[in-house]
Amino acid sequence: MIWPGKMLKQVLGSIFKKPATTRYPFFKKESDSPDRFRGKLLFHPEMCIGCKMCMRDCPANAITIRKIADKEFEADIDLGKCIYCAQCVDICPKKALETTKKFELASLVRGKLKITFKAEPK
Amino acid sequence: MIGSLVSIFLFPGLMFLVVAGLAGQFIDRKIYARLQNRIGPPWYQPAADFIKLAAKEDIVPDEANPGMFKAMPIFALTAITTSILYIPLWKDTALYTFKGDLVVVLYLLTIPTLTFFLGGWYSTSLYSKIGAVRALTQLFAYEVPLLMSILAPGLLANTWSLSGISQFYAAHPWYWLVNIPGFAISMVTLLGKLEKVPFDIPEAETEIVAGTFTEYSGRLMAMFKLAIDMEAIAAASLLAAVYLPFGLSFNPVVGFVIYLLKILFIITAMSLLRTLFARLRIDQMMSFCWRYLAPLAFVQIVLNLTLKGFILR
Amino acid sequence: MRKVVIPIGPQHPALKEPESFSVTLSGERIMAFSARLGYNHRGIEKACEDRSYTQNVYLTERICGICSHAHSTAFVQAVEEIAGIKIPDRASYIRTIISELERIHSHLLWLGVAGHEIGFDTLLMYTWRDREIVMDILAQITGNRVNYGMNTIGGVRRDIDDEQKKNILKAMDKLEERTLYYITVATSERTVIERLSGVGVLPHKDAVRLGAVGPTGRASGVDRDTRRDDPYAAYDRIKFKVITDDHCDVYGRTLVRVGELMEAYKIIRQALKDMPEGPITVKAPRKIPAGEAVSRYEAPRGEDLHYVKSNGTEKPERVKVRAPTLANVQTVAKMLEDGQLADLPIVIAAIDPCFSCTDRMTIIKHAGSRDLGAMAWEDLRTHGINWYKNKGVDFSRLNEKLKKANKV
Repeated sequence: MIWPGKMLKQVLGSIFKKPATTRYPFFKKESDSPDRFRGKLLFHPEMCIGCKMCMRDCPANAITIRKIADKEFEADIDLGKCIYCAQCVDICPKKALETTKKFELASLVRGKLKITFKAEPK
Repeated sequence: MIGSLVSIFLFPGLMFLVVAGLAGQFIDRKIYARLQNRIGPPWYQPAADFIKLAAKEDIVPDEANPGMFKAMPIFALTAITTSILYIPLWKDTALYTFKGDLVVVLYLLTIPTLTFFLGGWYSTSLYSKIGAVRALTQLFAYEVPLLMSILAPGLLANTWSLSGISQFYAAHPWYWLVNIPGFAISMVTLLGKLEKVPFDIPEAETEIVAGTFTEYSGRLMAMFKLAIDMEAIAAASLLAAVYLPFGLSFNPVVGFVIYLLKILFIITAMSLLRTLFARLRIDQMMSFCWRYLAPLAFVQIVLNLTLKGFILR
Repeated sequence: MRKVVIPIGPQHPALKEPESFSVTLSGERIMAFSARLGYNHRGIEKACEDRSYTQNVYLTERICGICSHAHSTAFVQAVEEIAGIKIPDRASYIRTIISELERIHSHLLWLGVAGHEIGFDTLLMYTWRDREIVMDILAQITGNRVNYGMNTIGGVRRDIDDEQKKNILKAMDKLEERTLYYITVATSERTVIERLSGVGVLPHKDAVRLGAVGPTGRASGVDRDTRRDDPYAAYDRIKFKVITDDHCDVYGRTLVRVGELMEAYKIIRQALKDMPEGPITVKAPRKIPAGEAVSRYEAPRGEDLHYVKSNGTEKPERVKVRAPTLANVQTVAKMLEDGQLADLPIVIAAIDPCFSCTDRMTIIKHAGSRDLGAMAWEDLRTHGINWYKNKGVDFSRLNEKLKKANKV
């Protein structure tokens, strides 16, 4: 007859092991994310040439590039719409966009989710 | 008069049971979590749950019978508080005792299951009715082995009074070792009484939402949950008094500590059993209890009767 | 005994996703069972027509959380077939590795869910703890734990370097040892065997008749696996076994899934060893020439089918997705014949339901007509617009209205 309780040894051994839970706010920070993690976008206005390929390819229409002067461009990114796929990062010919590791982006005010990267005055 | 009021309401009556019940729930959940390689809740979690539930609104369904619906948790609480008064905790006499109080205590500890059934039945919701019927079916399965195995030590001691049993075993040490099989059977059926895995069929969360407690919310739910925790402590005390009647002749403080250790042992063993098994189906539980547990309890009774007949003439 | 009809769902603790089942009970025995789908319909097929192919790669990925790579790869394979693009070898090996990692992740999740449905929470906690190993590996390679975003038309977006290769191999060793332990638990723990054996029986001829796919079908002896019968990615160059079983019940399905887990470790090791050097992507045109293609993929739940029709522009003409759960959900009624209520959660969980993938179809019947009731896509569009116009809702200037509202 097969006795129940097959996991007994494993279960008793767990008392002596460290728990597998990571106590998130205290122990794991944003900087612990892996290197390729796709977090909040970062836009470098000085490298942008205004081709708008990122706008064309964004699956969620989250990024808008605006021209404010000759060879000066600004980007409006809606963090609520962005799906953090990094397609814009891949398609940009001048590598003006990059991903950071920030993911704690929640906010209680919807307006705060729309961020703008202003161009530096020349 | 004042002394008896203090004992009934403070110690070892209502207040002690409430505090011990919440502590027991914490220990159970913490050990369950550690065995699963998790952290588990902090020490104030059961109290916080109780306060949160008590602060919420009671919703009574339209078609339910409001009187019975609201009265059931109160009956459960009262029955359990009354039962602890007759169980000897740290000396060999209980607070109150009379001949045959073992049977009365067992009866009082069956009343909560009956209130679960009636509460679910009078809720008139589909899931509650199914859960209520399952609770009663489960009662038919575990009640007979539980009663037989708890009455076995009484047979050896020749008395049906809990205090009498404790005094007998205090006078004849080491005879409690004969009842070890009965202890094992009682532990398993106690899981059925307290509706813990593998016998938590009436409250199977993944099958019938919450079974008998589906329509309960707010203060009534808080009282039911507290009643279940207190029932765990009362039933563990009963088991400790009947099966582990040693260490009863020291001074009260040491005796109390020994009592707490016994309760801790029983609760830890129940948590371990909870971790190891999957939930059984109701028909599997019936066949398990009647095919294996009832004959074993019967063997224990026969063993005790032979011992009483031949040795303790 | 009197018959009672109880609803399981749409919201129920047994279901992880909403779906409405109505069960007729007599005591604990199930007399009749009927399913009503559609609670998770999001209009993804229609949304695909409005977006370019590159955008659609990400949209199809989000059809489901657990089989996301499955849907994305099936779509991309169909588009590549229409356009006549052949992806580099390294890319197909990387797609294979990610798809097997996804299979491991999905089957470990299923083991935990099955444990939870039978009340065995310890198994849930342990399998999900080991699943974290796979999630960390996937986060290292692709950047995210679910919805990996690896595919692009013409190849993959990210490469696997040597450090990650070492980590993958280490993880495979650890997971193999843990999976062997779970096999012993599933096959020799008495309470688990009692709950899983003889439950949800689906005989072989019914499995074939109702069209069961994936592990559900393979546990009833139906020997079909798209990876072997219609190879895609790098599966034609990798040796692996197709696991079938004869038990025909939930126990058999468990055995098939843990068997597939062991095979997945072997496939990943082989793929990592055989992966050639080279580019990972090929330039793909933006406008895909007109044509249509069907692509099949073996998702963790069964055979996933994508049909893509293109018309020479940047956006597809029609995308149709048939998820494996749609084929499997019809077998549940047969499995529950003469079953018990207590078996219902585990039987539904045993087909590994993913209702997010499933709710795709809309069939409208013409009331009172002798027609079978299938509508063509263009007729469905006109029908939808007219239905709303009759209710007083006008969609024609919706874009302008939305722009005005967003300016506020």
